[in-house]
Amino acid sequence: MSPSTLFHPRDGFPEPHAETHDSAIYREISATSRPRAGSHLKLEGIAKRFGKLAVLDRLDLEIPGGQLVAIVGRSGCGKSTLLKLIAGLETLDSGQLSADDQPLSAHRDDTRLMFQEARLLPWKRVIDNVALGLAGDWRPRALEALREVGLGDKAAMWPAQLSGGQRQRVALARALIHQPRLLLLDEPLGALDALTRLEMHALIEKLWQRHAFTLLLVTHDVAEAVQLADRVIVLEDGRIGLDLTIPLPRPRQPASPGVSALETRILHRVLGRSEPDGDEASPHASRPPTP
Amino acid sequence: MSPARRRTLDRWLPWLVPLLIVLFWQWLVSDGWIASRLLPTPLSVLEAGWRLSASGELPHHLLISFQRAALGFLIGASIGLLLGTLSGLSWWGEKLLDSSVQMVRNVPHLALIPMVILWFGIDETAKIFLVALGTAFPIYLNTFHGIRGIDADLMEMARSYGLSGRALFTHVVLPGAMPSILVGVRYSLGLMWLTLIVAETISASSGIGYLAMNAREFLQTDVVVLTIVLYAILGKLADESARFLERRWLRWNPAYRGGQVQ
Repeated sequence: MSPSTLFHPRDGFPEPHAETHDSAIYREISATSRPRAGSHLKLEGIAKRFGKLAVLDRLDLEIPGGQLVAIVGRSGCGKSTLLKLIAGLETLDSGQLSADDQPLSAHRDDTRLMFQEARLLPWKRVIDNVALGLAGDWRPRALEALREVGLGDKAAMWPAQLSGGQRQRVALARALIHQPRLLLLDEPLGALDALTRLEMHALIEKLWQRHAFTLLLVTHDVAEAVQLADRVIVLEDGRIGLDLTIPLPRPRQPASPGVSALETRILHRVLGRSEPDGDEASPHASRPPTP
Repeated sequence: MSPARRRTLDRWLPWLVPLLIVLFWQWLVSDGWIASRLLPTPLSVLEAGWRLSASGELPHHLLISFQRAALGFLIGASIGLLLGTLSGLSWWGEKLLDSSVQMVRNVPHLALIPMVILWFGIDETAKIFLVALGTAFPIYLNTFHGIRGIDADLMEMARSYGLSGRALFTHVVLPGAMPSILVGVRYSLGLMWLTLIVAETISASSGIGYLAMNAREFLQTDVVVLTIVLYAILGKLADESARFLERRWLRWNPAYRGGQVQ
C-alpha cells in the first residue's frame, strides 16, 4: 500500500482479508475509541411481500466487513424494506440473513439503525437521549459520543432547541455509543439543507473510517451515494439491478469528473434509460426526480 | 414597554378587575342599593373570616375539607391512572375495561348520593368515595388517550434500542402521555372541589360545606359568602399546583416553558 493511501485504506473495493490490516491502522489513528471489525453481512434469497406485491424478490447480496455500501433506487423499490429487514423491524418471508456466518438475529446489539427523522425523545435532554437504553456509568461515554459528532456543548439542551441537522447528529451519537459493527442509515439526510448535508457527509465518512463498522446507506440521492460509498447498489423490482464499485480515492470532491461520470451512469440505470456513451450524458442532471 | 415594566404589569394586571368588582360591591351594599341582609359587604365577610379564624372554627373545618379532598383525589387519580394505563397499553385491557368505564362515566356521580348515604352513612367514607369517583374518570380518559397518542415512530425507535417492558414504560410511554395526563389532573382537581361541596352541603357534621349550611340556618350571610370565597381560593390553589407540575414535568415542551424557546 502506498503512503498516500495509508490514511484512506478503504479506497476502492476492500477485499475481505484486508480487515485485520485496516483495524491495525485505525487503532493507531484513533486512541479514543476501541475499533471492532465491521460485520460481514450475507443475504441469501431474501424475499418479502406486502399482499400481492413482491417488494424483495430472492435477493442475494454479500457485504464484506467494514465496507460502505449505498443502496439507491426509485421510491418503492424496496430499499427501505431491505434495511428494516436487516434491522429486525420487519420479518422475512423467505431467505437467510447472516453476519459473520451466524444468524443476524444473534447480532441485534451490534446493529443500529438511524431513521429518516432523528426520532429523539423530546422529554429527554440531548445527553439522556444519547444514553437511551444504557445502564451504569454512561455519562462520560455519552459526552464522548456527543463530542465526536461535534455537539459536546449541547448535552444539556432539549431536542426542541436544536436544528434539524443537529438532531440528526444526536441520533448518530446515540447509534455510535453502542459501538455497532453494522450501522444502517435510512435516508438520514433527506430532510436537511444542502450545506448541512455536505457537513454530514464528511462527518459520516470520518466516523466510519475511525470506527471501522460496516455501513449500509439507503438514499435516493445518487450524488450522495457516489460521494460516500465503496460500492453502489441499484435496486430494481426487488432485485439488484446494478452493483458498482466506486474506485475513487478519498476524500472525494463533489462534482469532480470521476464522481460525475459514475453519477451519470448510475442515474441512467435508476431512471431505466440505456447506458450513456460518454459525452452525450449531462453531468448536471445529478438528482433523480422525487415523486 | 420596558421588560421590567412588562413583568410588573404581567403580575398585577390580572388582579385589577377582581379588585374593581369588590370595590363596586362594597359601594353597592354600603350605599344601600342592596340590603345587607341579602348580601353582606366585603368588609363584613372579611370580618367573619377573622372572627372564625380567631375562634379556631375555620382552620378546623378547612383542614377536614382539605383532607377529604386530598384523600379522595389521591384514590381516584390512582385508579384512573391505573385503568387508563391498562386499557391504553393492551388490546385486552381496552376491550375488557373501556366500554364499562365509559358507561359508568356517563352517570352523574352525584346521582349516587342517596345510595352512598345508604351504604356509608354520612361519615368520612361517603365523601371520600364520591370525590374518588368524580376524579377518576377525567384522569382515566386522558391517560388512555395520552398513551394511544404516543408517536409510533418513537416506540419503534425505542424498541430498536432494546427498550421493553418497564424501561419502555418509564422512558417513553409515561413521559409521552404526561401532557395529556396533566390536563386530566387539572380537570379532576376542579371536579374534586365541586363534588366535595355538594357532598358536604347535603350531609356532614364538619367541613366548609357544613359551615355554609349551618350559617344559612342562622341567616349568617357573611359566613355563607365567606365559604364561597374560600372555595374560589381553594380552587385557584389546586389549579396552581397542577400548573406547577406542568412547568416542572413538561419543561421539555416549549409550550410550557413560558414561551422561552431559544
